[in-house]
Amino acid sequence: MSRIPLSALIGLFFTGLYFMGAIFAPWLAPYGMAEIVGDTWEPWSAKHLLGTDTIGRDLLSRMIWGGQTTIFVATAATALSFITGSILGFTAAVSGGWIDQALSRFVDLIMSIPALIFALVVLSVMPVTLPILILVMGLLDATRVFRLSRAVAVDINVMDYVEAARLRGEGTAWIIFREILPNALSPLVAEMGLRFIFMVLFISTLSFLGLGVQPPLADWGGIVKENREGIIYGIPAALVPAFAIATLAISVNLVADWVLNRTSSLKGGRNV
Amino acid sequence: MSESTDPAALEITGLRIEATAFPPGEKPRNIVLVQDVDLRVEKGKVLGLIGESGAGKSTIGLSAMAYGRGGVRISGGQILLNGRDIGTLGAVGLRGLRGAEVTYVAQSAAAAFNPALRLMDQVIEASLRHRLMTRTEAEARAVTLFGKLGLPNPETIGRRYPHQVSGGQLQRVMTAMALCPKPDLVVFDEPTTALDVTTQIDVLAAIKDAIRDTGVAALYITHDLAVVAQVSDDIMVLRGGKMVEYGTTQQIITAPKQDYTRALVSVRSIEHAEKPPADQPVLRVEGITARYPGVPLDVLKNITVSLSGGQTLAIVGESGSGKSTLARAITGLLPPLKGRMVFKDRALPARLADRDQEDLREIQMIYQMADVAMNPRQTVGTIVGRPLSLYFGMEGAQKQARILELLDAIEMGAGFIDRYPAELSGGQKQRVCIARALAAKPSLIICDEVTSALDPLVADGILRLLLDLQALEGVAYLFITHDIATVRAIADSIAVMHRGQVVRYGPKSQVLNPPFDDYTDLLLSSVPEMQTGWLESVRSARRIESAGN
Amino acid sequence: MLHPVVTLIAQRLALGILLLWAASVLIFVGTQILPGDVAQSILGQSATPTSLANLRQELGLNEPALTRYLSWLGNALQGDLGVALTNKQDIAQAMSKRLGNTLFLAFCAALISVPSAIILGLIAVRYQGRWPDKLISGVTLATVSVPEFLLAYILTFFLAVKLRLLVSLSTIHDSMSLGDKLYAIALPVLVLVLVVLGHMMRMTRAAILNVMQSPYIETAELKGLRPFWIIARHAFPNAIAPVVNVVMLNMAYLIVGVVVVEVVFVYPGMGQYLVDHVSKRDVPVVQACGLVFAAIYIGLNLLADVISILSNPRLRHPK
Repeated sequence: MSRIPLSALIGLFFTGLYFMGAIFAPWLAPYGMAEIVGDTWEPWSAKHLLGTDTIGRDLLSRMIWGGQTTIFVATAATALSFITGSILGFTAAVSGGWIDQALSRFVDLIMSIPALIFALVVLSVMPVTLPILILVMGLLDATRVFRLSRAVAVDINVMDYVEAARLRGEGTAWIIFREILPNALSPLVAEMGLRFIFMVLFISTLSFLGLGVQPPLADWGGIVKENREGIIYGIPAALVPAFAIATLAISVNLVADWVLNRTSSLKGGRNV
Repeated sequence: MSESTDPAALEITGLRIEATAFPPGEKPRNIVLVQDVDLRVEKGKVLGLIGESGAGKSTIGLSAMAYGRGGVRISGGQILLNGRDIGTLGAVGLRGLRGAEVTYVAQSAAAAFNPALRLMDQVIEASLRHRLMTRTEAEARAVTLFGKLGLPNPETIGRRYPHQVSGGQLQRVMTAMALCPKPDLVVFDEPTTALDVTTQIDVLAAIKDAIRDTGVAALYITHDLAVVAQVSDDIMVLRGGKMVEYGTTQQIITAPKQDYTRALVSVRSIEHAEKPPADQPVLRVEGITARYPGVPLDVLKNITVSLSGGQTLAIVGESGSGKSTLARAITGLLPPLKGRMVFKDRALPARLADRDQEDLREIQMIYQMADVAMNPRQTVGTIVGRPLSLYFGMEGAQKQARILELLDAIEMGAGFIDRYPAELSGGQKQRVCIARALAAKPSLIICDEVTSALDPLVADGILRLLLDLQALEGVAYLFITHDIATVRAIADSIAVMHRGQVVRYGPKSQVLNPPFDDYTDLLLSSVPEMQTGWLESVRSARRIESAGN
Repeated sequence: MLHPVVTLIAQRLALGILLLWAASVLIFVGTQILPGDVAQSILGQSATPTSLANLRQELGLNEPALTRYLSWLGNALQGDLGVALTNKQDIAQAMSKRLGNTLFLAFCAALISVPSAIILGLIAVRYQGRWPDKLISGVTLATVSVPEFLLAYILTFFLAVKLRLLVSLSTIHDSMSLGDKLYAIALPVLVLVLVVLGHMMRMTRAAILNVMQSPYIETAELKGLRPFWIIARHAFPNAIAPVVNVVMLNMAYLIVGVVVVEVVFVYPGMGQYLVDHVSKRDVPVVQACGLVFAAIYIGLNLLADVISILSNPRLRHPK
């Protein structure tokens, strides 16, 4: 096992912390999600570690519950985007021909409209529920995963060892799972980190615009929206989620960087 | 190498060059690239630096300009240019030197020219920026040099952009660029390596004439001893950053003192007696014509060759001759438009998808770049073992025993079984690829330039191994190469390819001996021979011939 | 015979128009993919059958989708984007002023961010691996990790509320002088600059580094040329295409950033207009805005393509 660099350790620690917080939210949150426990915008105190929000709910509890929603939606959308994008991408690369052409041109078209704008257009007629949000975000983002996995698979597909496998008479399944996938895994895993960050930012932005997670459910973008008025009075409640989103994004980035660097030094996937 | 009171063009003593390596996931460490090198180039003389890749020859060449690529630094010794110590010059002093007193000709002119600027602007740039001459003078000198270097339309070629001229021409323009500011020393870094052998001879002659005419001193860097023997007065042999032998060209190639130099001089000393063709060919290729999808051009035109079992057919040609395409057609990757292939008296389906497992097992392939021919995520054991399970259903102890047998056959021990390709040397990788091909017990192995990426001595070992295995297993080789020396070493029969056609085909003794057709004559006479004066004799012979026509 | 560059640019233009047309189909289809229909989703579950029928009539939902698409596209081509459902205003008219405001905001942001990104990119390349490079990279990594609206509130909190240097609401109207307008939009511009700068600088750095590592730069160094001359004469002409690509990509990114930033600072532009009407489920406005944003986005990418074609010597001077 090689030494994990400090930056990656920090990244792993905070990423783990946030995910633990999301999973164990019901046990960690001191108060209920929608429970009114104090005055409007109480300052930080021992009773309310991060103070209270615009209608007197405990901000720390809202942050923990909100983190659960944000991380859950982002994870689900990332998973959807990866499964769809990479399967289609590998299929396009290995089959080539008209399948590749049709898929690639369609993805070009979707990407010709900015993702946020396209999401807004679709959400203007859709009921805004969590499954719809996950579906819209995941499918829109699948275009990027498609491009990456197709590009990676095309590069590997022309390697002599893949040609050697074809000449040997190996089937398509062997070629995809034994020859291409092990070599495509590292860029894809690193990309997964970046896509996850993008999803966190995406869902937060949508919620902030009032078109994402709907009240009474809490999420980090929504907490900013609820507490934005406070900013003008110098109450920093809206900045707390800012800190959470930024630290989560940076920690995942650090982990993704490390994964990419570690596996790009090809030593057969073992840690020498 | 005579001592003189005049300062030499270049004198290097006790040179030591280091660099910092950044292995991923490890601490940076210092590596020594060159140590204890002393050399001296008198005015108007040429010193050849020769060695395998990694010998440090380019690094030494660039040190004559006090230049180090990416973190390479000169950490010891003295470099005197015209008697002046250039190690003590600052950045400004070095700029005044580079491009004026000492200039550089790179291996790949195609990459070394700025694609956005016209050739003339780049050729005269150093002369103008160093204020050595006026634009008119510089352009006139450039045109003269273009003419001297045998470029077509010397008056107008300077108006072209780099992508508008051929590789061989670009290499000459680069030489003109180096000679334009009238430097005292030119560093030639493998100037003909990227060229085909028939182009190389003309460029080599042009460079040699230009050096003689301008009276410039030169460092000529190459891995090809026969090439350097044509242009240099003295030769230094390098290995692993250290000097092996240093002497006059005549002494080095006729009376080498060190074992390593002797090996370099006698590379391809393999003696392989030609076998008579057998009655039953293992493979017959009959009238194959092929194109790449979407390109309306026949890359293979009506190719007919056959190969006897247990023998070697060499396919020789320059880049673009179609020799690798022939391999793709035989393997079924590029189904031919016309013609057919017969394998052991059975018609071989044209498309890979139509071939059965037996067809696939019988024909194996070994590639030029062993690095990319093996999945970096599989161990040697997995790589060699896969054909055993796929074709023979071997598993467990039986498979393990067979893998060990195969590793033994390629002269590698059982210790390699759990290694990954990245942990092997270049020669070891190619041996593993050979073992993988042998594992299928094929009747035919297609070898595509299998030794061209390897250093000469390693390549020699691979060729010997292939011959031994042929004698043992009775396998036939279709051996694709551009290297005539390799062909001489191992072929039983030869097909010479040129522009998609077989221009000459027959037993080795017949193909390599006169009477020749024009192309084969050109090809064979262009291969540099290990003797001084070869270049002149070939060129005067060609002049007489063309005068006679 | 036409010069190949002309042919190539004509091809790109045709492709851009084709793409824009396809995008219009996509936007239209995107608002039709509901299991029910638009009228139902606009009015919600409590709608009476009469009001539903009225709205369907008004939206022309009784016509086949193809007919509706063709008349929508035909009108849009003539500059008629229809009327808003909510306030019956002419969309094209309402949009033109807002589009002007948005372009003003984006233009100011671009004017600051493009030169700074290129200069910072050059500094990072010049001091590659040393502290100025690391500092610039670290700061930009932080700015790209924070969404626009959070950056906006952080800056508002410190610059407008705590230090009282700038104003937190960017309402502008025609009667304001240019100076007043610029003061009003200072915060949103700053946010957009910071958001775009990070990406643009990192990509510029990578693009220039790529050019600086080319063998022809080594050739220039070995000619003993001055570093400035090498950059200006040898690196710059080859860096135009990649850097222009980077700039255009980020301008497109800026367009998206505008949507959020306008909402934060209550700026009367396209973004706010779009978001408002998405919540009101005013489909004609959303379609019109989507089309305009797509057109700008596709136009910028097209411009980048054309500039890279024009700066490529292989295409300008064919064999």
